[in-house]
Amino acid sequence: MTWINVLLQGVLLGGFYALLACGLSLMFGVMRIINLAHGDIGAYLVWVIVNQTSISPFLAALIVLPVMWIAGYAMYVLLLERSRRAGQLVPLLTTFGLAIVIENVLLQVFSPDVHSLGSTAGGLATASATFGGVSISALGSLTFGTAVIVLAALQLFLSRTNAGREMRATAQDPDAAQLVGINARAVYARATAIAVAIAALGGIFLAIRSTFDPSTGPTQLIFAFEAVVIGGFGSPWGTLLGGVVLGVAQVVGEQINPQYAILFGHLVFLAVLASPRGGILARRAGEA
Amino acid sequence: MRSIDAQFGLLKAVRRVSLTVEAGETRALIGANGAGKTTLLRTIAGAHRPTGGSIVFDGTDVTRVPVHRRVEMGIALVPEGRRLFPGLSVEENLSVAGGHRRGGYWTVERVLELFPILQERRRHRAATLSGGEQQATAIGRALMCNPRLILLDEVSLGLAPRAVAGVYESLRTLVSGGTTVVLVEQDLSRALSVASRVTCLLHGEVVLEGVASELTREQVIAAYFGTYGATAVGATS
Repeated sequence: MTWINVLLQGVLLGGFYALLACGLSLMFGVMRIINLAHGDIGAYLVWVIVNQTSISPFLAALIVLPVMWIAGYAMYVLLLERSRRAGQLVPLLTTFGLAIVIENVLLQVFSPDVHSLGSTAGGLATASATFGGVSISALGSLTFGTAVIVLAALQLFLSRTNAGREMRATAQDPDAAQLVGINARAVYARATAIAVAIAALGGIFLAIRSTFDPSTGPTQLIFAFEAVVIGGFGSPWGTLLGGVVLGVAQVVGEQINPQYAILFGHLVFLAVLASPRGGILARRAGEA
Repeated sequence: MRSIDAQFGLLKAVRRVSLTVEAGETRALIGANGAGKTTLLRTIAGAHRPTGGSIVFDGTDVTRVPVHRRVEMGIALVPEGRRLFPGLSVEENLSVAGGHRRGGYWTVERVLELFPILQERRRHRAATLSGGEQQATAIGRALMCNPRLILLDEVSLGLAPRAVAGVYESLRTLVSGGTTVVLVEQDLSRALSVASRVTCLLHGEVVLEGVASELTREQVIAAYFGTYGATAVGATS
């Protein structure tokens, strides 16, 4: 029974990682940009709104997500668009610099103190249900459910809507896409907006499930990267799978020895990279 | 009513070329490899920025208009090497095109009617198609933009002779529908038979221009290889 429980906790944790990773995967898939500035602001904005108005963090998220969407759009138009013209490596450096700026602005404005939204979520953070010895946390299920809905929506968007088709076409051949009347710049800005909004959503869940401070975003980023690499780039379901594999690995490691949680996650990640499939990923990234 | 003046100062590729294409005309651009035909087409479409000169489409200067906006205005290019979206199905390749010009005559169904070979392949990924099917999809994709001017770059390259015949058959349908066509073609006799006027480029410059039916094959071949005299017969401004 313990192991079923462990597996389940791992899957739920995986949903959280998938939510963090989804935007990374989308941005790399569509425009080969690795975004290191990945929406820790979202959590802080929600924290500010909740503190000022004492509304539920989920209601606050409804306000913050559109704001982050616009921020993402502006980030592409103002920064990434220019840096893309300078070559492959420059956008990476730009987002790296932006991440440092964001972290330090957050330090300046909010101090290095640790915050949490857990207490504001009305007992949700600690609630759980037990079924025959297996306990399921309410927040974990909500996170996982949200991740599945977000990824499913993204998958539907990409495969069924016109804007989604335009995004796939632009990802495959930006030059040809423009020749059939697609505004590639707008498509890229849209993809960045979606990615940043989803990352902010992940940040909000992080802020409810545990504590956060200005350096939390960058530390979480490695898990998001691992989930993307394990699951493969550019596919929403792959990202979910990658998140779940990483989550299960960490929880299994934790069960063996609480110190092994992160180590096991890294080991699975390295195993995937070293496997033939990892080789394919590396080659694909090389071609891009 | 529709005219394109294109003058370029591009280094080597295209040099001070002036070209006027009338509405409804079918113009063939011919010339040896490296003569600048593809660069010229890509510049008209907006995929390539000219270093000098101007491009006027239907009375509007479009020189600084970005590619996707030119598609909205009615210029569509079928690029060399087809450049389909390999991971999208035939149907998706068609329906993704056109942007703001959707809603004209051409719909996915009408394109599939024009190219019956695509009918049963409509749900296949473009990467799995044969060369002829890919070319048909590429032309269909450009048609989805409901162009008034369609630019075709080497549509017969790498195709089986039967597939080429099919592609040209559909071109005739287009021309009779009033669409202006500018095509780059390696096959001289094909170019001369389908086009109303012919422009021959050599080392980025126009060496011969004239009405297709009035030019002799010898004249064209001489211009093609650069053995032609300095003054071009039938050259227009």
